[in-house]
Amino acid sequence: MTTEAADSTEAAGTIASAAGPGFFQRHGATIEYILIPGAALAGALVVFGIFVAMFGKNPLDLYFYMYYGAFGTWFSWQNTLTRAAPLILTALCTALPAQLGMVIIGGEGALLIGALSATSAALALQGMPPLVVQIAMVIGGVVGGGLWIMLSGALRQYRGVNETISSLLLVYIALAILNHLVEGLMRDPASLNKPSTREIGAANMIGSIPGTDVHWGLVFGLIAAIAAYVLIYHTVFGFAARVTGGNIRAAKIVGLGVSKLILTICFLAGGAAGLAGMVEVAAVQGRTNANLAAGYGFTGILVAFLARQNPLAIIPVAILLGGISASGGLLQRRLGLPDASVLVLQGIIFVFVLASDALYGRIGFLKGKS
Amino acid sequence: MADGSIGLWTVPLAVLGGAIRVSTPFLFVSLGECITERSGRINLGLEGTLVMGAMSAYGISYLTGSPWLGVLAAGITGALLGALHAGICSLPRVNDIAVGIALMLFGTGLAFYLGKPLIEPTAPRLPAIDFGWWSDIPQVRAALRVNVLFLIGVALAPILYWAFRTTRWGLLIRTAGESSDAARAMGHSVLLIRLRATMVGGFLAGIGGSFLSLFYPGSWNEGLSSGQGITAVALVIFARWDPMLCLWASLAFGGAAALGPALQSVGVTSGYHLFNAAPYILTLAIMIITCSPKRTLTGAPAELSITR
Repeated sequence: MTTEAADSTEAAGTIASAAGPGFFQRHGATIEYILIPGAALAGALVVFGIFVAMFGKNPLDLYFYMYYGAFGTWFSWQNTLTRAAPLILTALCTALPAQLGMVIIGGEGALLIGALSATSAALALQGMPPLVVQIAMVIGGVVGGGLWIMLSGALRQYRGVNETISSLLLVYIALAILNHLVEGLMRDPASLNKPSTREIGAANMIGSIPGTDVHWGLVFGLIAAIAAYVLIYHTVFGFAARVTGGNIRAAKIVGLGVSKLILTICFLAGGAAGLAGMVEVAAVQGRTNANLAAGYGFTGILVAFLARQNPLAIIPVAILLGGISASGGLLQRRLGLPDASVLVLQGIIFVFVLASDALYGRIGFLKGKS
Repeated sequence: MADGSIGLWTVPLAVLGGAIRVSTPFLFVSLGECITERSGRINLGLEGTLVMGAMSAYGISYLTGSPWLGVLAAGITGALLGALHAGICSLPRVNDIAVGIALMLFGTGLAFYLGKPLIEPTAPRLPAIDFGWWSDIPQVRAALRVNVLFLIGVALAPILYWAFRTTRWGLLIRTAGESSDAARAMGHSVLLIRLRATMVGGFLAGIGGSFLSLFYPGSWNEGLSSGQGITAVALVIFARWDPMLCLWASLAFGGAAALGPALQSVGVTSGYHLFNAAPYILTLAIMIITCSPKRTLTGAPAELSITR
C-alpha cells in the first residue's frame, strides 16, 4: 500500500524531531505497529461481544470458548496451527504485491488452481517414488498459482486493468474451472455425491510433523514467510520493489525494470497461495474437490492487512486468525452460534484494523514532544 | 410449435429472459456504484451490501408479509453499510479499496449469520407484470414476466444521466470526483458529498439485493450472490461511469449469466460450470479490451484511486 511508505517516513520524522528520545520515542514506530493493531483487535472483540450479547449469549462465555477452542489445549493448538499454515501462504499472496502498491485479493483463486495443478502432477506421476511425486506437486502448485496471479499483474502492467478487480474475478473463474474439471475430465467415477478427482495416494501425502497432528504445510508456510521477509527487506530486488511501491515514477527514473518486478512479485505471491492449495491437497484432502474453496484465500487478505503487509508479522497473525477459525466449531457446539460468526468477527476485525490506520503517528507519548 | 416445444429457440429466449431478469441486480449495483465513483470514491463492499440487502429484504418480507417493506429495508441496510464505508474512509490515510474489501467480508458474514433462520421459511415475493400475455408459448411468457424493480432500474438510468448533467447535486458529485480542491474552494465539504453519494449507492445496491431474494432466484441461501456485486463494480469501469452505458452493460451481463442455465435446459450440460462463469470471463475480457496503460480512461473521475 502506498500509505505504508508515508507512515514509516512520518514515524521516522517524529523520532528524529524528538529532543531527548526515551525508550518509547526511540522505538515509537515498532511499538505503534504492535500497539495499534492490538488495540484494533481488542476493539473488534468488544464489538463482537456486544453483537453476540444482543442475541442473548454471554460475551464472557464467548471469549472463554474462543480462547479455549484456539489455544486452550494441545489439541486446539494443533487445530489452530493446521489452519494457520494455509493462511500464512495465502496472506503472502496479498502482502508481496502490496510492496509494489498493488492490492491483490485473488489468493483463493491461486489456491484452487495450485491445488488442481498439484493434483494433476501427482496423478500423472503415479507409481513414481513419493519424494519425486511430492516435489512435482510443490512445483505444480507454485507454478499453477503463480501464473494465475501473474496474469493479474500482467493485465495491470500491460493493459491497465485494475488488479484488485481482475484478481477477484479470477477467483470465480478458477472455481468454475475446478468444478468443470472435477465433474468432467478429472472426475473419479467412484465419487458419487461429492465429485472429486482420484486420490493422490496415501504414500504421496506429506504427513505430519513428528509428535504432532500438525502437517508439514506449517513448515512450508514458515519457510515461505521468512524467505519473503528476507527477499523484501534484505535484497536489492526487495529494495527495488519497495521503491516502486513508494513512488513508481522515481523507480522508472532510476531505471528499475518495473514490468519485471511486477511479474516476478505476482508470480511469487500466487506461488505462495498455490503452495497453500498443494498443502491442502497433499496433507488434508488427498484429492481435489470443491471443499478446497474454504475461504482461506479471503481470510489471508485479512491476515496480510492485520500484519501490515509484513511477511514476518504474518506468522503470528495467521496463528491468531487460525485460532479464531479453529474455535468456530466450539462456539457452534457450546453457544449455538452459527458457523458464520467467525466470518462476522473477521469482518469486524478488518474494519477496525483499517480504521486504526488513521492512528499512526498520532499517539502522544510515542511522539516525544506534545 | 403448437405443442409448446420450440426446440433450440429456448436458448435465445432464455437469454432474452435472462437479460431482463438476471440483469436487475447488476443494474442497481452498477448505477449505485456509478454515483459513488463519480464522487471520487470506490466502494468494493457492494458485494457485501448486495448479500445483506438480499437477506434483510427476505427477513422483513417474511416478518411483515409485505415484500415492498422488504425492498425498503434492503435499501436502508445498504445505505447504512454505505455510511459505514464512507465514515471509515473519512479518516485520514485510510484506503477506500481496502475498506471495501473489509465490508465485502463483513457484509457477507453478517448476512450469513443473521440469515441462518431464514433458509427454511418462504417469504412473500415481489409481484411481476405479465408482458407476454399475447403469446401462447410458455417460454415466451416466462421470458416476459417482468418485475417492477427492473422497470424502475431502467427508468433510473436516464434519470441519473440527466441528473449528473444538469442538477445541482449531479454537478456537486462530479466536482467532488474531478477535483476535491475545487469542491472545497466552492465551500462544500467533499467528505459530506462522498458520504451521501456512498449512502445512495449503498441504498441502490441493497435494493438490487432484494431483487435476488424476493424475485429471482427468489429465496434466501448463502450462495445467492457469488460475485455479482463485484462484477457490477467492474461493469461501471467499462461503462465509463455513464449510467446509460451501465444499463446496456447490465442487460448484456444478464444475458451472459442466463446462458448456462439456458443451455442446460436444452440438454447441453458438459460445460455447465464454464458457462456459469461467463459473466466473470466477459467482464475480464471487456476490461482487457477497453483499458489501456497509456492513458486514463475517458470519463474517469480524476479523484478515483482505481484508475491510477
